[in-house]
Amino acid sequence: MSVPFYVSPEQIMRDKADFARKGIARGRSVIVMQYSGGIVFVAENPSHALHKISELYDRIGFAAVGKYNEFESLRVAGVRLADMRGYSYDRSDVTGRSLANAYAQTLGTIFTETNKPFEVEIVVAEVGMDAASDQLYRLMFDGSVADERGYVAMGGAAEPISAALAEAWHEGMSLEECVRVAVGLMGEHGDDVARVLAPAQLEVAVLDRTRPRRAFVRLANGRLAELLASK
Amino acid sequence: MNAPLGLPDPYRATGSSSFVEFLAALHPERLQFPVGDQSGKGSHGIAPHGTTIVALRTAAGVVMAGDRRATMGNLIAQHDIEKVFVADEHSLIGIAGTAGLAVELVRIFQVELEHYEKIEGLPLSLDGKANRLATMLRGNLGLALQGLAVVPLFAGFDLARETGRIFSYDVTGGRYEEHDFYAVGSGSTFARGSLKKLFRRGASSDEAVSMALEALYDAADDDSATGGPDMARGIYPVIGVVDESGARILGDDDVAPRVSSMLDARMVRPDGPQAGGRPGEGS
Repeated sequence: MSVPFYVSPEQIMRDKADFARKGIARGRSVIVMQYSGGIVFVAENPSHALHKISELYDRIGFAAVGKYNEFESLRVAGVRLADMRGYSYDRSDVTGRSLANAYAQTLGTIFTETNKPFEVEIVVAEVGMDAASDQLYRLMFDGSVADERGYVAMGGAAEPISAALAEAWHEGMSLEECVRVAVGLMGEHGDDVARVLAPAQLEVAVLDRTRPRRAFVRLANGRLAELLASK
Repeated sequence: MNAPLGLPDPYRATGSSSFVEFLAALHPERLQFPVGDQSGKGSHGIAPHGTTIVALRTAAGVVMAGDRRATMGNLIAQHDIEKVFVADEHSLIGIAGTAGLAVELVRIFQVELEHYEKIEGLPLSLDGKANRLATMLRGNLGLALQGLAVVPLFAGFDLARETGRIFSYDVTGGRYEEHDFYAVGSGSTFARGSLKKLFRRGASSDEAVSMALEALYDAADDDSATGGPDMARGIYPVIGVVDESGARILGDDDVAPRVSSMLDARMVRPDGPQAGGRPGEGS
């Protein structure tokens, strides 16, 4: 009679985490930053149909890196949850915190209960009345959640970009400054050789604090070129 | 209601982009409209009833306007109800009929349009929106037959055809495109009569707003369930405008002076402006 081969739980979790990390590290980066007028999302994404950045609710945005089919199913679930809450109670009862919690629970369950964890990392961002009430939640593949301030970088070159952002980011940056810094860092760290990213290779959106209800706006290539050109 | 912990499987399942279908599958009890009066004697005494809505095509899009009265039998239930709403970025919806159901219909229709747009990354076409509304109305047919009818008027700017369009409905979900102007609700007969004489193709939004105000005034003149402008309380018709740049509701500051000048003119001619041309002549 054969005895099943024993693998310690620590080993299983470590293997799953390594697997997920490797999957995430293969992709391009996404940067989420607070600017004076709200929150800006910058992703390197040549596709104009398969989005990495999207609107969840009036004041709440979503950004993800990793496997498209996995984060897309999470994005759709988030939109459904937000609309269900907003319809059942009131629009003001949909919060970034509750969505981040739902994602954390779901990712945690998938990580522990299935053989293959999701290879995704997510940011749920909510723009508030002022910069101090903005919220940035970063969710890892294992369901761990962090409440960030100022900026988040995810994906392939997350570490060097985060280190550079720690230097570059400061409170009250303008949208132009943020976009220029983010695009510059992505070009510098995305590949072995530094590149200059053109608007067509980028997906950029903002949660604009000044807009009355739906704060999420995608920036078209023309507007993006203007922002990158302004000095 | 149970707030789900995490995202239960149905939320992550592949499915349609429709919020109404998702709600019907997961929480049908939240979608059902309340059970109405079973006696079949109609609901005029039991629930507030909204009245007249008019819509006109303009050179740039559509203007829609509604009076502010809700009635319950012979009583005035509310003086300042709002019956014209922005449905999404490029469309407006106005409602006549049982107020409670109508307002709920508008609310779920707004969520439906936004939900589709967020999931698909693109808004529905104007025809798609109009058809969606027809399907939702058909779901209310049972209640409509018991006297709790909701009759919406839908209008929007069609970005593909670059023109404003108006859609009217019946309680069975029948959808009809109107080419120039339309009115729904108890005062609609008088409003339509008024618009027949005032409407001109290619009018500006400004002119169309004046025509809509005249039509609502004429409706209020002859239909007791339609409210005229209430200068004492500062309650004016709700006016929505939609064109290529989007849909918006005009503010009271914008509407009040137009209402005043209309009332001044009515002091001289109580039946309103005279249509151009003489009977029998083409204009």
